[in-house]
Amino acid sequence: MADDTAIVDDAPAEDAPAPEAELFHGAPVTASHDQRVLHPDRADLASIVRTLRDDDGYNMCLDVTGVDYLGYEADRGLPDGVAPERFEVVVTLMSHTRRHRVRLRTQVPEADAAVPSLFDVHPGTEAMEREVFDLLGIAFDGHPDLTRILMPEDWVGHPLRKDEAIGRIPVQFKGSQDAR
Amino acid sequence: MSILDHRSSGIETSEGAQEMTDRTSANAAELLRELGATLRMSEAEAQDLVGEGPSEDQTMIINMGPQHPSTHGVLRLMLELEGETVLRTKPIVGYLHTGMEKTGEDLTYLQGPTNVTRMDYAAPLFNELVFSLTTEKLLGIDEDIPARAQWIRMLLTEINRITSNLLFLATNGMDIGAVSMMLYGWRDREEGLRVLEMITGLRMNHNYIRPGGVAADLPDGWREAVLTFIDALPASLDEYDVLLTGQPIYRERLQGVGVITATEAIALGATGPILRSTGVPWDLRRDMPYLFYEQLDFDVVVGTYGDCFDRYAIRINEIRESIKIIRQILDLLPPGDYRIQDKKVTPPPRARIDESMEALIHHFKLFTEGFKVPAGEAYMAVESPRGELGCYIVSDGSAKPFRMHIRGPSFVNLQTLPHMMRGGLIADAVAVISSVDPIMGEVDR
Repeated sequence: MADDTAIVDDAPAEDAPAPEAELFHGAPVTASHDQRVLHPDRADLASIVRTLRDDDGYNMCLDVTGVDYLGYEADRGLPDGVAPERFEVVVTLMSHTRRHRVRLRTQVPEADAAVPSLFDVHPGTEAMEREVFDLLGIAFDGHPDLTRILMPEDWVGHPLRKDEAIGRIPVQFKGSQDAR
Repeated sequence: MSILDHRSSGIETSEGAQEMTDRTSANAAELLRELGATLRMSEAEAQDLVGEGPSEDQTMIINMGPQHPSTHGVLRLMLELEGETVLRTKPIVGYLHTGMEKTGEDLTYLQGPTNVTRMDYAAPLFNELVFSLTTEKLLGIDEDIPARAQWIRMLLTEINRITSNLLFLATNGMDIGAVSMMLYGWRDREEGLRVLEMITGLRMNHNYIRPGGVAADLPDGWREAVLTFIDALPASLDEYDVLLTGQPIYRERLQGVGVITATEAIALGATGPILRSTGVPWDLRRDMPYLFYEQLDFDVVVGTYGDCFDRYAIRINEIRESIKIIRQILDLLPPGDYRIQDKKVTPPPRARIDESMEALIHHFKLFTEGFKVPAGEAYMAVESPRGELGCYIVSDGSAKPFRMHIRGPSFVNLQTLPHMMRGGLIADAVAVISSVDPIMGEVDR
């Protein structure tokens, strides 16, 4: 890609980037509060992370997390051409040589909440992907051990989803029928 | 008995025959994939395997924790043993999960620090700091925070780093069997907590660093208190060097135990003393400075062998570096405001409330409704005593975070346990867990 070299330099991202103008390994680039954000398609996520690791020095995966955008009404800061979906998987990569972080936001539809696992690229994503699976119910294809990590094994539901009810623990002694 | 011996003797582990390539011929990525970061079976499967199958007499799966005294709270490890040798390890976490990220979605940005400060309870000020930095980033006021507030934040987090590392020294000594170290470490940490209590009002879970600055200015006599604390420490540290660093038994227990290479540490996302013990000089305070760390002169302590002893040595010497930093902060601390004078974020001073109805209403609104943060998302990170502590906040323009995620260094660092333990002795497991220094409140959140 011709415009790659323009983007990989260490200069801080511009304040008001033209969203569709910049492409990095095929993914639109935006800046959020001076932090560089890529918006890869979920099919390309693993390959882009691999390319970033092998060619661009982003040698460490710091964080994998997810966001449930159900009921989010404000502007999500997505560039043109990226269709908003209910879920988003957010990957933060670090380059020790460039001293720079990059964030990857991938849209994940509700109907098919799955993304390719990054385990083969960065084995350290294992626990973090399990956490996202546990709390948000997003599956990671190719993950070696996709099980609940924080919640009990027999838990039903995914607590960080916005439609998950909170504060519904029944109080035993208040109006309980079978309390003697 | 090494892993290679284990393979050539044809012993099956309880998961079935494991094909392993020679350690020297496989590259690091293959090795990681091959050895695997975890024990690849569900807990139920493992239970079924205990006491049956052809390998019953050769390997054994045991549980360590969650109430084992040296698992630092409620960490549970499933260990597969062959005799005394650890083959595989699976950390099982979640016993302390209280849904703090979900709770954070229901608290205003002013209440947020109260919530996050309880995550890494050995270094609470770092949690408050990273949450505040992210909120300020989203508000767009990160450049406008008064210098004095930033320097106070640095001062307090460095004191907190000392108390956290002293806690490590205490528990590390206790885990290895140097029980007297536990008392000494606890005693010195208490002195540090006393200073923090004097400044913030609380020994732990301070809620002192808030979006916009800090909760209150430094009280009278703070300088003397800090000086008394850091003046007494070097002598104590020298004493610990005699007691632990140079002591043959202690060295025997730690040197060459729990070794991890730089490639493995980076692949597994390990940060902090674990990464530095492998020789990677990476410290966010120096490499990606936040607050005013670029104005300070300090050294990044690195190890060579990536073993438990290096991690111990790094932490005890980071106390010395922190003392150095605090002395510079005492000289450089500027006068000025301790919080931003932005009426949207900062409540009016207490004295104004008595005389002005508007100030009272303003104060009431700020603490009941909170302040609105523009929509957007940001990730900020600081160097906590355990590594990169990150915070990712998505705001929808309301007064509460739409999503608040904390990247806890202990949570990620725990993944290095299976690699450090593999092929080691069960007796060393305690030393390895201790050297990772996990804080379960942060792991489980």
